[in-house]
Amino acid sequence: MRLDWRDFRPSARALAIVPPFAWLVLFLLVPFLLVLKISFADLKFGVPPYTSLAEIGDEAVRFTLHVRGYVLLFTDSLYVETYLNSIKIAFVTTVYCALIGYPVAYYIARSAPPVRNLLLLGVILPFWTSLLLRVYAWVGILRNDGVLNNLLMWLGVIDSPLEIYRTDLAVYIGMVYAYLPFFILPLYANLVKMDTRLLEAAYDLGARPWQAFVRITLPLSRPGVIAGAMLVFIPSVGEYVIPEMLGGANTLMMGRVMWGEFFTNTDWPMAASITVVMVVLLLVPLALFQYSQVREMEQVREGVR
Amino acid sequence: MADSLLASQQYSGDPDAFVRVADLVKIFGDTVAVRSVNMSVRRNELFALLGSSGCGKSTLLRMLAGFEQATSGQILLDGEDITDVPPYRRPVNMMFQSYALFPHMTVEANVAFGLRQEGVPAAEIHDRVFEALDLVQMAGYSRRKPHQLSGGQQQRVALARSLVKRPKLLLLDEPMSALDKQIRQKTQIELVKILDQVGVTCIMVTHDQEEAMTMADRLAVMTEGQIVQCGTPQEVYAFPSSRFVAGFIGSTNLFTGTIVVDEPDHIAIESDELARPLYVSHGVSEPLGMEVHVSIRPERVVVSREQPAGESNWAHGMVSHMAWLGRYALYQIRLDSGKVIEASVPSMRLAQTDAPGIDDEIYVSWDSDSATVLAS
Repeated sequence: MRLDWRDFRPSARALAIVPPFAWLVLFLLVPFLLVLKISFADLKFGVPPYTSLAEIGDEAVRFTLHVRGYVLLFTDSLYVETYLNSIKIAFVTTVYCALIGYPVAYYIARSAPPVRNLLLLGVILPFWTSLLLRVYAWVGILRNDGVLNNLLMWLGVIDSPLEIYRTDLAVYIGMVYAYLPFFILPLYANLVKMDTRLLEAAYDLGARPWQAFVRITLPLSRPGVIAGAMLVFIPSVGEYVIPEMLGGANTLMMGRVMWGEFFTNTDWPMAASITVVMVVLLLVPLALFQYSQVREMEQVREGVR
Repeated sequence: MADSLLASQQYSGDPDAFVRVADLVKIFGDTVAVRSVNMSVRRNELFALLGSSGCGKSTLLRMLAGFEQATSGQILLDGEDITDVPPYRRPVNMMFQSYALFPHMTVEANVAFGLRQEGVPAAEIHDRVFEALDLVQMAGYSRRKPHQLSGGQQQRVALARSLVKRPKLLLLDEPMSALDKQIRQKTQIELVKILDQVGVTCIMVTHDQEEAMTMADRLAVMTEGQIVQCGTPQEVYAFPSSRFVAGFIGSTNLFTGTIVVDEPDHIAIESDELARPLYVSHGVSEPLGMEVHVSIRPERVVVSREQPAGESNWAHGMVSHMAWLGRYALYQIRLDSGKVIEASVPSMRLAQTDAPGIDDEIYVSWDSDSATVLAS
C-alpha cells in the first residue's frame, strides 16, 4: 500500500469535532487540572499563596503531594455535613422542580401553538434579568417586614411575621424559583414531540386518561425528566448566591464554604480540595445521565437499521 | 340533502344492521366535516368508507372510535347507543394509520395492554396475547420493540392489538398507507383472510379505490362530508349514481348529451361530442329532451380499423397516445369532435390483430348495454 499525503489530511468529521473538543480541553479540563494541582499543594504566604508540587534542589527533583485538604475534608465533620447538606438541598430542590415543573411543561406542550409560544416566553422571561437581582427581589418578599408578611398580616391570616428569610425554607424557595425553567424546558421539548395518537390508542384499548398518562406519557417522558433533573441538581449542589443571600448562618452549602476558604481564609489548597471532591461527586449523576442518553440513542439507531 | 335522505330510506330499515349511523353531523368551528351521514353495516361485514382527503371519512371514523364527539346524530352498535360513550368504554378498537404502537413496550406488552386495562387475569392475558400473535404470525417476535420491526410486521402487531380484546367493531384507518406498494396487494388479501377467520365487523377508511374494492364487502363513496353512493364494489362500479362516483371508482369516458328517443326498452342520446347517436338498450326515468351524462368504461370500448356496421354507438378518431401496461394497452383516441376518450385493449386481443399505433386512423365502438346514463 502506498501512502498518500491525502491520508494525513483531517477528515470533515475531525474538523467538526475538533473546535468543541478544543474548547472543552482549554476551558474545562485545563482549569480543572490546575485546581487539582492546587489541591495537592500546601498553604504558603506569598503570591501565589500555595507551594509548588515539584522542587529542584540537592541534585534531585522532589515531588510533594500535600493531602492536608483532603484529610481535613474527611475528618472534619463540618465538611462532611456540608457535602451531605448540599446534596440534600439540591435533591429536595430537584424534587420540587419536578413536582411543579411537570404539570407546567405538560400544560404548555398540550396547549395550542400560539398560546404555547406565549407560555414558553413566560418561562424564559426571568432570564432577561440578572439572577442576583431576582434573588434580591426574593429578599424583599420574604423578609420579616417584606411584601409577603405585610400582605398576610394585612389580610389577618397571621398576627406576627413568619420567619422565612435566612432559613432553609427561603433557600428552597429561591432555588426552586431559580432552577424551575431548567426543568421545564427540556421536559417541554420532550413532551411536545410526543405522538398524541399513542394516547388515543391507549384510550381506544380501555385506558382512562390518568391510566394513559401513567402508562404512556410518563414512561415516554423519562428522558426529559432525567435531563431536567440533571440540569437542576448539578448546579444546585454548588450554588453559592442563593444560600448566601437567603440562607441562615447555619445553611451549610459547598459553594459558601468554598467561598469562605478562598476569600476569607485565603486557603487555596483547601478550596481546591473541596472543589475536586465536589466535581467527583457530581460525576456520578452525570455519568448516569450520559449512560441513559447513550442507551437511548443506541435504541434509536437500532430502529433505523 | 336529497342524497342523504335517499341513503336513510335505503338503510335505516336494514334489519341486519349491526352498526347504524343516523343523521350524524360533525362541525368544527365553521367547517362542516360530516354532514348528515346515514349508514348501516351488517354483522361480520367489511365495510369501506372511500373518499379523497378532506371528504370527512376520517372524522366519521374518529366519531365511531369516540375520539370526536358528534355535533348531532346517533351511533348504534348492536342495538346500543354509543354516541356519547367515551373511547375507553366502547367495545370498539381501532388500528391506526401509523399503527401507534407504544414504543417503550415490547410486542407482547403492546398486545397485552388492552387486556391489562380490562383486568383480565395474567395467565389468560398470556394465552390470549399469543393466540392473537399466532393469528398474525408474529408470536416469534413477542420480545421485540416496535422499532425493531419492519412496517409490515408493525402492521400485524397493530392488528393483533386491536383484535385481542375481541371488539364488536374493528376500525381500520388507511390500513395500507404506511406500506410499500409492492407488498400492499398481498397484505390486503391476507388481512381480509384474518378478519374472515376471526369473524369481526369492520369499518375501514381508505382513499384508494382499488384497496376498497379488493377488501370490502360493501363500500360507501364519500365527498364533502356526505355518502354519495353505497353498495357492493361491483354495484358501485357497474352502476355509478353520479359523474363523481363514475370518475372516482375506476376511470371512465363521459359524454354529455340530450335524450332524443325515450322508449321503455331503449333510449337514444345525441351528443355534440359524437357524430352518431348513443343507443342504450334500457329505459331510464329521465324525460325526453333532458340533458344527461353517459359513462362508458374504457374496457368496454372496442378499437378496430374497419368501420363498424350500424347507425349508432361508434365514432371515428385518431390514436393520440398509447401505453403498454402488460395485461392491457391503454389507448387515448382523439375523436373527430375533438373529444379524447380512453380505451383499454387486452394484450391478447392486441396480439391477434394488427395493433393500431400512434396517429393511426381507427374506429371506436361499444355495445348498447355498455353505457350507463347519469342524471347528475
